[in-house]
Amino acid sequence: MSEQAKSSDSSVPRGILGSNALKSYLGAYGFMAPAGILVIVFFLIPVAIVLYLSLTNLASSNFTSNLAIMEFIGLKNYQTLLNDQFARKIFFNTIFYVLVTLSIFNVSLALLVSLLTTHIDRSAGFVFRALWILPRITSPVVYILIWKRMIAEAPFGIINQFNEALGQPTYNYISTNPWVFVVVVNGFIGVSFGMIIFTSAIESIPKDLLNASLVDGSSKLQRIRYVIMPLIRWPLLFVVTYQTLSLLTSFVEIQLLTDGGPGLYRTEVWSLTAYHRALSNYFGNAQWGYGSAFAVLLVMIGVVLAVIYMRVFRFDELIAEPRVEAL
Amino acid sequence: MKVTIDNLSKKFGDVIGVENLTLHIEDGEFVAFLGPSGCGKTTTLLTLAGIYKPTDGVIRFGERVVNTVQPKDRNIGMVFQSYALYPHMTVFQNIAYPLKLKKVSKADQHDRVRQVANVMGIGELLDRRPGQLSGGQQQRVALGRALVKEPDVLLFDEPLSNLDARLRLTMRGEIKHLQKDLGITSIYVTHDQVEAMTMADRIAVMSGGHLQAFDSPDELYDRPKTQFVAGFVGNPPMNFVDVSVQASNGRFFAETESLRLEVQAARGAPPASYDGPVVMGIRPEDIQIASNGSVSGEIFVVEPLGREDLIDVRVGRHSFLLLADTEDRHQAGERVSLAFDMEQAQFFDPKTEKSLLWQ
Repeated sequence: MSEQAKSSDSSVPRGILGSNALKSYLGAYGFMAPAGILVIVFFLIPVAIVLYLSLTNLASSNFTSNLAIMEFIGLKNYQTLLNDQFARKIFFNTIFYVLVTLSIFNVSLALLVSLLTTHIDRSAGFVFRALWILPRITSPVVYILIWKRMIAEAPFGIINQFNEALGQPTYNYISTNPWVFVVVVNGFIGVSFGMIIFTSAIESIPKDLLNASLVDGSSKLQRIRYVIMPLIRWPLLFVVTYQTLSLLTSFVEIQLLTDGGPGLYRTEVWSLTAYHRALSNYFGNAQWGYGSAFAVLLVMIGVVLAVIYMRVFRFDELIAEPRVEAL
Repeated sequence: MKVTIDNLSKKFGDVIGVENLTLHIEDGEFVAFLGPSGCGKTTTLLTLAGIYKPTDGVIRFGERVVNTVQPKDRNIGMVFQSYALYPHMTVFQNIAYPLKLKKVSKADQHDRVRQVANVMGIGELLDRRPGQLSGGQQQRVALGRALVKEPDVLLFDEPLSNLDARLRLTMRGEIKHLQKDLGITSIYVTHDQVEAMTMADRIAVMSGGHLQAFDSPDELYDRPKTQFVAGFVGNPPMNFVDVSVQASNGRFFAETESLRLEVQAARGAPPASYDGPVVMGIRPEDIQIASNGSVSGEIFVVEPLGREDLIDVRVGRHSFLLLADTEDRHQAGERVSLAFDMEQAQFFDPKTEKSLLWQ
């Protein structure tokens, strides 16, 4: 028994391909298997399938029970995409949507809410934060129905009822200001994520440090600028990165609110296009291959952005360096 | 700067932090707040700093009432137990921070930080970050940061508790020396009575949010006004025994079933006139093992302290701590006789725990 253990120990450096080594790693693989299998089955394999689909002409128009009819067409879908007269508009729509929502709501407002709620009475702060979480925990369909009811045309919309009561003109907000509501509706959901991260980061700054700053002569605003902000740099960068990627891929709320309209692609974003093309095209013409091309490009943009963020913000250094000094 | 505290109370909901505290601290005085955890000493300090607003009472710096004055407008320096250095700033930036907030020019900041750093002996460390410093160095930086803006009042919140014993001893001397040198009114919170005794001009002993005594270390030691003070000040602590003090023919005796000790008239008369048994207190150094001692007992345990032995002697159902020369090589189980120096005995009212000798 002890000899066997010894031999498997000594074989470890030889690499995992040796049969003894494999045996000795078996336990570790066994423990990793449940998570590993889930990742492989529900992430890696679908990604591979989508990647493959994007290189085919698979669509409902040529779909039969015989999948062999599906043709491999190389990069033709990507070529079509680049020449698509709306792709450019949708691309810039996406950038606009992500940038504006991220900067105003997911980061700035989240930061403002956490700073305000950590500077007032603790329980009051908790109540305000709980209110801000409501949009996130409400089912998207219900949440969007509430908004639709609020901004509906006169005489149904609540805002327009106020307008009428105050003698103001009424508006069809979805057609006059679709972007405002697309951003606000998503932003209200987005605030809570950053808010939770920032709040816990602020609350974990040692009390002595905060008191020291006041005694050293700072006002509360100066304390935020010189002490609190530098100490929550890491969570700040994390929220920027994570929320960029999550906004890039989110489309449910937009789909329910405007479905990319009004008119031609006025509020259409990239991930919504992928969905429209692949799964919900006009007259039931689902272009699975072409939609997959959109999805693949989105994944690539996401990966590139993530790498850029990591480089620019030097994630590795941030993680290696102790952020709050222990006693 | 004189610091005057009148009837200060600070409550957190129903919880009393400190109640009805009155203290008048002279200009340039070094005062220690001494007490066990939760006695309200840190609450009082943070109220003085302006972090907490008083629930009741008045705090004056000089003639100015500072009850609602923001911390930044009080011109105080504070040193924390955790050092509370800003981890993202260098040592230079840490010390310069109060000056930067005062909008002192860059050149002046530079000069004053250098000057303070040299006084504190951390001149070579200015480019380091707090995480790269030892505990003692961090404490010096914290002290430098508190001193750099030339505060009117210095506040210390257990500044030495996180240092090792040897370093604590050094820093104790340095802080005391520095304070005398600069003459800045200082308030020093500690639970360590040795620190308080060695450093402070006067000690405010606190317990349960109340001031127990406010006196010089010698007064507290020789004439404790409450049993709490008597027990808290002094190490090893004072021995307490329930005795009844009887007068007979102008002489006074403190008695239990196993003890009968004569007390001088000056100390014996007040407890003798008290109706019922009283608490007698006697410090370990006032009990000697002597062949002609009037009380006999048995050694229960011997704790060598190096310079002397701390010995627990059982007399009947009483137990006395006393100090003896290590040369005498006492052993547990040995029968000894004890001589009590009753001129140093203290007597306390068992109900109010107030001294029967000193008011």
